[in-house]
Amino acid sequence: MQLPSHITLAVPKQAGLRMAKKLLDKKDIERMITRMTHQIIEKNKGTRSLCLVGIQRGGVHLARRLSARMKEIEKKDVPVGTLDIALYRDDINVRKEQPVVRRTELHCTVDNKKVILVDDVLFTGRSIRAAMDAIMDFGRPAAIQLAVLVDRGHRELPVKADFVGKNIPTSLKETVKVQFEEEGNEDRVVLE
Amino acid sequence: MSLKAKDLTGIKELDVEDIELILETAAGFKDVLGRDIKKVPALRGKTAVNLFYEPSTRTRTSFELAAKRLSTDVVNFSVSTSSVVKGESLRDTALTIQALGADLIIVRHPCSGAPHFLARYLDASVINAGDGTDEHPTQALLDLLTMREKRGAIKGLEVAIVGDILHSRVAKSNIYALSKLGAGVRLIGPPTLVPPFMEEVGATIFSDMDAGLEGADIIMMLRIQMERQGKGFFPTKEEYFKNWGLTARRLMRARKNAVVMHPGPMNRGVEIASDVADGQRSAILEQVTNGLAVRMAVLYLLSGVKQ
Repeated sequence: MQLPSHITLAVPKQAGLRMAKKLLDKKDIERMITRMTHQIIEKNKGTRSLCLVGIQRGGVHLARRLSARMKEIEKKDVPVGTLDIALYRDDINVRKEQPVVRRTELHCTVDNKKVILVDDVLFTGRSIRAAMDAIMDFGRPAAIQLAVLVDRGHRELPVKADFVGKNIPTSLKETVKVQFEEEGNEDRVVLE
Repeated sequence: MSLKAKDLTGIKELDVEDIELILETAAGFKDVLGRDIKKVPALRGKTAVNLFYEPSTRTRTSFELAAKRLSTDVVNFSVSTSSVVKGESLRDTALTIQALGADLIIVRHPCSGAPHFLARYLDASVINAGDGTDEHPTQALLDLLTMREKRGAIKGLEVAIVGDILHSRVAKSNIYALSKLGAGVRLIGPPTLVPPFMEEVGATIFSDMDAGLEGADIIMMLRIQMERQGKGFFPTKEEYFKNWGLTARRLMRARKNAVVMHPGPMNRGVEIASDVADGQRSAILEQVTNGLAVRMAVLYLLSGVKQ
């Protein structure tokens, strides 16, 4: 049914009209980050020449937390950079609106570093392709590894994460949202 | 996020939200300009055409570099060696360029309103790079970016624009932009070159430069257009400098942290003294860098609007 144009349907998200299911809470996320930190350190035999790069925006918070946990465990500072991939996306000619251009601040050269790319959710793999292209424009890293909090499947490119917080099988209609305290929410992962 | 219109014809047509979006995006692009590899693939496959009916080096070069840094192909259409000398109309020339596949057409034209006219007939995005005595929007945007970097918020700043306001499209675009963002605008210059109707847009007019500079945060000097000299707007260059030239002594009238700006090209010793132009307060070269970032932002944002 077509509504008259002056009537707009406000859908109150909180009212539960749209099913939002909490999958992981603060404690779960904390444990996952601890395990991922240990895995990264183990695989790289320490934190030497590591550089964490968070993809704007969700990946940035996660990268900072991984770095903080590394400091607790190894007593070493691991640099954290932020990477904006807006200018490297493959859908610019398809999208109606341009993605917002955010800051890229790597704080370290990537030459001969082991770059750990960090993102909150791994989905099609397209952001990761864009991020790798962006990193390559800054230099020639010794290796790039990928750490994600949630892998929700449905890859469209041959991309695989090295460190995964949790595999969550989803349908294409669903969205996975990772929320962090740094953005004013409590830590949680929800499925909508 | 995108701009509301497919074209950038003037600051007049933008709202505050659009201006903020351009400045935010430009700040992101400044970052790109500081890298070793200054090129990003954002607008790969797009084509931009510089269609300049008036001489220009810096604006044309700035647009050309901005486009290239975004991986856009750029064609410089030089009017003096083109079909225009054979009598082709502006509209036909532009339609031809569009038929060749241009996505973005950057126009400078001696007639006010030429870009607005083209915007109506073309599906491609039209960007005004200066039309007659009307507007030069990207110059005002880069000025805003510079002011923001130097002084934080634009709202509440006192900006003195000095010189040939009558013929200056830079001044006009800046007056629109500054009044939209809530800055105070003072216009200083010989009465022959400062039209009194400017008071209607909220500007204050001064013919005495010392009085006009009192407490100013930004001093924007305009180029004295030598080609218009001899029409009796002012007696001689020397006399102009004596009355409206920016010297170190005059600069003391403005605020301690006042910023000196000039859109270039400068006439040293006519509108601005050399030691001021090269001095610590001068942001003139930063304006040039910011121009590149702003033009990248405009090209990028306009490419997102689907026709």
